[in-house]
Amino acid sequence: MAPITLTNLHKSYANTPVVHGINLSIAHNEFVVLVGPSGCGKSTTLRMIAGLEDITSGDIHIGDTRVNDLPPRKRHISMVFQNYALYPHMNVRDNLGFGLTIAKQPKHTIQARVQEAADILGLSELMERMPGELSGGQRQRVAMGRAIVRQPQAFLFDEPLSNLDAKLRVLMRTEIKKLHQQVKTTVIYVTHDQVEAMTLADRIVVMRDGIIEQQGPPMEIFHHPANTFVASFIGSPPMNMLLAKITDRQVRLSDGTCVPIPARLAQNVQDGQEVILGFRPDDLTPENHGVHDEGGASLSLKINLAELLGSESLLYAQLAGQEVQAKMMNPYDVMPGQDMTFTLAIHRAHLFDAASTRSLATPQ
Amino acid sequence: MTAPYKRLMKLVHWTVTFLLMVMMSVPGLWVMLSSLRPNREILAKPAVWIPQDPGLTNFISIFGLGDEQVAIPVASYFTNSVIIAVTSTFIALAIGLAGGYAFSRFRFRGKNGLFLTLMLLRAVPGIALSLPVFILWSKLGLIDSTLGVIIVYVALNVPFTIWLMDGFFRQIPMELSGAAQIDGCTRWQAFWRIEFPLARSGIAAAGMFAFLTSWNEYALASQLTRSTSSKTLPVGLMDFTAQFTIDWAGMCAMAVIIIIPALILTFLVQKHLIRGLTFGGVQH
Repeated sequence: MAPITLTNLHKSYANTPVVHGINLSIAHNEFVVLVGPSGCGKSTTLRMIAGLEDITSGDIHIGDTRVNDLPPRKRHISMVFQNYALYPHMNVRDNLGFGLTIAKQPKHTIQARVQEAADILGLSELMERMPGELSGGQRQRVAMGRAIVRQPQAFLFDEPLSNLDAKLRVLMRTEIKKLHQQVKTTVIYVTHDQVEAMTLADRIVVMRDGIIEQQGPPMEIFHHPANTFVASFIGSPPMNMLLAKITDRQVRLSDGTCVPIPARLAQNVQDGQEVILGFRPDDLTPENHGVHDEGGASLSLKINLAELLGSESLLYAQLAGQEVQAKMMNPYDVMPGQDMTFTLAIHRAHLFDAASTRSLATPQ
Repeated sequence: MTAPYKRLMKLVHWTVTFLLMVMMSVPGLWVMLSSLRPNREILAKPAVWIPQDPGLTNFISIFGLGDEQVAIPVASYFTNSVIIAVTSTFIALAIGLAGGYAFSRFRFRGKNGLFLTLMLLRAVPGIALSLPVFILWSKLGLIDSTLGVIIVYVALNVPFTIWLMDGFFRQIPMELSGAAQIDGCTRWQAFWRIEFPLARSGIAAAGMFAFLTSWNEYALASQLTRSTSSKTLPVGLMDFTAQFTIDWAGMCAMAVIIIIPALILTFLVQKHLIRGLTFGGVQH
């Protein structure tokens, strides 16, 4: 249970840089999720923390120790791999106890700690089974058990749920959350799934192309994205983005439609500035249906398609030559081609600079 | 498909399989049968299939024990063969294990070129190298020594062993070694505790191939060996040919002596061999 600090961390393969200067401090017992599209360097960063990849330059500290040149076994961390990496020739009990056996712990200690982990994860019935005889979810639990048994300074998870089917993924996500509440430890969790990031993290670190785009608590990232990349990556369905120009103190879309400038951003934009208007589907709702937003902009749009999800519908509508998504709670039937009036909750909308794609909001 | 048609196809299938098996087995069977009867009967026309008076006379006489003295030092040949085959197999396995692991796990300069070279070396027939090797060995004083043959056999076996082991190690996910290292192993420990046991089938298969190659090799050994101090069993077979006669009976008896250890060994590791050759031995 130790803080982890990454200082100006770089990684290159041959002459191809993949991680360009990561600075990150992870507090004692914090649950940090590194999220980003594939190839963004998040797994490489994790493997450098684990000691499975060499560091090209920069420093990694675990607790007060600089671990750059320490082999994995001396870093006192545990890792759960995407493909579980259970030892195929050992049964569950031996898999769980392997680390302690290597550390030459006395037999009764190994037995007690293995049993304790098995109880936490509900593995007691499976102790004599071989990994090949377990289901995906069970393997996942054994992999987590193997990580717990060693009582590490930190847990590293490398996309642990991506090999599971959708239902099991949700279940295991909850278990990981519970596990962290039970076994207080520093956790670094890598995923490309923004839902996992939102639900699990104390702090989300959004990465792209080897750099950190933004970091912060899930709700802050959700409500105050620093740029269009973070805005479109976090949140599902993704944020609608439309090119626009500030004209006569209004946001003017390409087809001439005008909406007000969000009040909190009024000071930060000038007339003639090219911007990107961003708003989440949740903030574009059918007028006079369920959600009442004061001061919303009224828009009449043609419906392309309605996706019925049960308690809500996703409406695909045409706005300024582009398809945008809107959300309708307690849905009624909507026909494609139909015209509908929507309210855009303008005070929750975002403006980004069109050239730099950075948010025009005053930094928090 | 109708049931009778299916049954017919099955019949055809088994008939063809049977015929192929017969084609492969008959020479071996003929050797076995001939080892149990005198030369006269072997050369009889028309052929006598079932030995009329089977006995172990041939075996007894090649060991120099019976009334008919055939002065062939089978025991020395056998010892030489065992020493050469076992030693060269172990050395080839050790090199193949290390080489295969390196090719499957590490990136290094010239890796692909080196691997290709190893494979191309396989394409050179050993006998083409026999003259250069002979000259070299005679200068080094390695002619007619077990060491000389062992070195040649190691060279013969290493490329194939590396290729096989590379394939087996590729089957073992890299994360296992990583997981073991995080669990407290050194890279060396991770290899011996995790990757080595998982590659067992592959090692058995590779060992088997190396052993059989060395055990059965004739062409090179016939050039490099002279006397009882290094001659192997296959080379020893030629002792049965004299200027005007060939002692087929004795030769067959010795051939059986060559075949049996190989057969027993193959039988012992066949479970691993099949698992190894189908490359599916590792559960993920």
